[in-house]
Amino acid sequence: MTDMTADATPVLATQSRSLWATALIRLRRNRAAMLSLFVLIFMLLAGLFGPMLAPHSYSNVYTQYVKVPPSLSPYPHAENIIPAAESALSRARVDIGTITIENGRAIIEVTSEREIDPRISRYLDRSDVFFNGEVTEIAADGLSATVEADVQELYFIMGTDANGRDLFARILISLRISLMIGALATSVALVIGVTYGATAGFIGGRVDNVMMRVVDILYSLPFVFFVILLVVFFGRNLILMFLAVGAVEWLDMARIVRGQTLSLRRREFVQAAETLGVSGWKIVQRHIIPNTLGTVIIYMTLLVPKVILLESFLSFLGLGVQEPLTSLGVLIAEGAKNMRNAPFMLFWPAATMTVLLFALNFLGDGLRDALDPKDR
Amino acid sequence: MLVYALRRLVGAIPTIFIIITAAFFMMRVAPGGPFDQERTLEATVMANLNKTFGLDRPLYEQYGMYLGNLVRGDMGPSFIYRDKRVHEILAEGLPISMQLGMTALLLALAVGTLLGTLAALRQNTKTDYAVIAVATFGITVPNFVVAPVLSLVFAVILSWLPAQGWGDWRQMILPVIALALPQVAVIARLVRGSMIEALRSDHVRTARAYGLPSRMVVVKHALRAAILPAVSYLGPAAAALLTGSIVVEQVFNLPGIGRYFVQGALNRDYTLVMGTVVIVAVFVVVFNLIVDLLYAMLDPRVRYD
Repeated sequence: MTDMTADATPVLATQSRSLWATALIRLRRNRAAMLSLFVLIFMLLAGLFGPMLAPHSYSNVYTQYVKVPPSLSPYPHAENIIPAAESALSRARVDIGTITIENGRAIIEVTSEREIDPRISRYLDRSDVFFNGEVTEIAADGLSATVEADVQELYFIMGTDANGRDLFARILISLRISLMIGALATSVALVIGVTYGATAGFIGGRVDNVMMRVVDILYSLPFVFFVILLVVFFGRNLILMFLAVGAVEWLDMARIVRGQTLSLRRREFVQAAETLGVSGWKIVQRHIIPNTLGTVIIYMTLLVPKVILLESFLSFLGLGVQEPLTSLGVLIAEGAKNMRNAPFMLFWPAATMTVLLFALNFLGDGLRDALDPKDR
Repeated sequence: MLVYALRRLVGAIPTIFIIITAAFFMMRVAPGGPFDQERTLEATVMANLNKTFGLDRPLYEQYGMYLGNLVRGDMGPSFIYRDKRVHEILAEGLPISMQLGMTALLLALAVGTLLGTLAALRQNTKTDYAVIAVATFGITVPNFVVAPVLSLVFAVILSWLPAQGWGDWRQMILPVIALALPQVAVIARLVRGSMIEALRSDHVRTARAYGLPSRMVVVKHALRAAILPAVSYLGPAAAALLTGSIVVEQVFNLPGIGRYFVQGALNRDYTLVMGTVVIVAVFVVVFNLIVDLLYAMLDPRVRYD
C-alpha cells in the first residue's frame, strides 16, 4: 500500500472486480484458510471414495485381530503364524507335527489316529490368518498328511476396534457420514432460516414482531434436550437425525437474514421493484435472498462444524447412527471406553475430528474476512 | 429491581409450561413404553402395571394429573428405579451436577477474563498469540474429545489424578477442566475483544491522564466495561454446561443428573425424563434472570424499572 505513489500514472480501471472475485483474492491470501480448504477437500474425497478404495470393509470383522495396535507392517507378525495355525487346526482333532513357513506359505504336517478327512484345510480357511488352504499330500493309510495354506497379509495402519474391524476403514466411513450430516442438516437450517428470516424482515410490522418473538422463545428452550428426546423416541435413523439437528440450528440464521432484509428493504432497487408492481414473494426471491448470500455463506461455513459437533455429541451418547455404520462421535465414544488397553482407538478418531473441525472453522473465519472485511 | 425480578419470574411460567407440555406429549406419542422388555409380559401383568402407574387413563387426564402433582412438588414415581420417587433421585444427583457446573462456570469466568485481559494488554505479542491459540483450540475441540483425552493422559498414562468417581476434590479436577475449557475459550475471546476497545476508550485515557497506577486503571476502569460481553454470555454458557455435563458425567462416571436424562429417555422412564426436563427448564430461566440482573448491576446505563 505504501508504494502506491511510485507509479505516477493511475491505472485506469478497465474492468471492475465483482464482490466474489475480490473475495476469492482475499481468501487466497489467507494461508490458514487455504490450507484448511485443501484439508477439507482431501477429507471430502476420503469420505466419498475412501470406503471404496480401502483394503477392508468398514463392517468386516476379523475375530483374530481384536484391538491390534496400528502397524505399518502386515499382520500376522511372524511369531504369531504358528500359534494361529495350531489354534485353527485344534478344532480338527489332529496331532500337529512340524510347521514350516516358506515364502508366505505355511506347511503343516498332521497325523491322526483316525483317517484324515481331506476337507481339513477348511479349518485353515476359516481363520483370518490363512487362505487357499489345501491338503497337498496324504499318506496311503490316511493317517498322516501335509496341509498347506497361504498366509494372508493384512494391513491395519490404524489398528482395529473392539470387534476386530479395521479402524482406518471405519474412520473413512465415519467421515462420510459426518460430512453428509453436516451438509444436509446445514441445508435444512439454511432453507428454514432464510425463508423465515426473509419473510419476517420483508413483511415487517406486527408479523415481524410475532415471528421474532417466537424465535426468542425458541432460543430460551433447552433445545439439545428436545433433540435427544426426539432421537430417542423416534428411532435412530439418519434422516430424522439431520432434520432434528437442522431444525435446531436455524434460529441464528433466521435472525441474521431478518436483520439484513430489514436494511435491504429500504434500498432504492427494492422500492423500484415495488413501484413496478413486482409481487412481494418475487422481490424476496430476486432481490432480497441473493443480496443476503454473502452473510449466509459465512454463517453456513460456521454452521457446518456446529452441526457435525451436535451429531457427534448425539452419537457419543449412543443416540446416533447405528451399527455397523459409524460416525466420528461413535468412534470417539468407543475409544473412550477402550482407552486403557487400546489408546489408539481414541487417538485416531479424536485426531480426525479435531483436524476436521479446525479446518472448517479456519475456512469459515477466512471466508468471513474475505466476504465481509468490515466485520473484523 | 425486585419488582422486575418478580415480573420476569412470573413471565417465565409460560415458557416452562410450554417446555413441560411439549416434552410430555412428545414422549407419549413416541412408540414403546416403560414396561417393554425383551420378553413380553403377560397381558394381565401389563394391565396391572399400567393401572398402578395410571398409564391406562386417557392421555389428557394423565397430563392434568402430572401438572397437578408437579405444582404440589411431587414428580411421581420412577418407572425403572422401583421404590424411588423422581424427586428423590434428582435430589441425590442435583447437588453434584450443580457443584460441578458452578465450579466450571466460575473457573471459566476467572481464567477466561484473566487470559483475555492479558492478551489485550499485550496485543500482538507472543502472549496474545498463545491466548488466541488456546481459545481457538477450546472452541474447536468439543467436550467429548477433551474429556476422554484428559482422562487418558492424566489418569491412565501419568496417573496423577483419579479417572472417575466423586467425593474427593482431586476427582473434581479433570471433569471441571473438561467442562470449563470451551467456556474459557469463548470468554477469553470476548474479553480480549472488548478489553482492546475499552483500553482505547475516553474514560480509560482520562484515568491514565490523572496518573492512576496502570494496574488500577485496568482492573477498576477498563475491566468493568470489558467484562460486560462475558456476563451476557453466561446465559448461553450455562446452557452449554448443561449439555456438556451429560458427556462429562458419563466419561468420568459421576453420579449427577446428566446421565438420568439419556438413560431415562432410553428406558422410557417417563416421570424421570420429565423431572430432568423440568429441572433444566427452571434452571435455564432462573439463570437467564440472574444474568440480566447482574448485567444491570455492572452497567449503570441499563436500568430495569
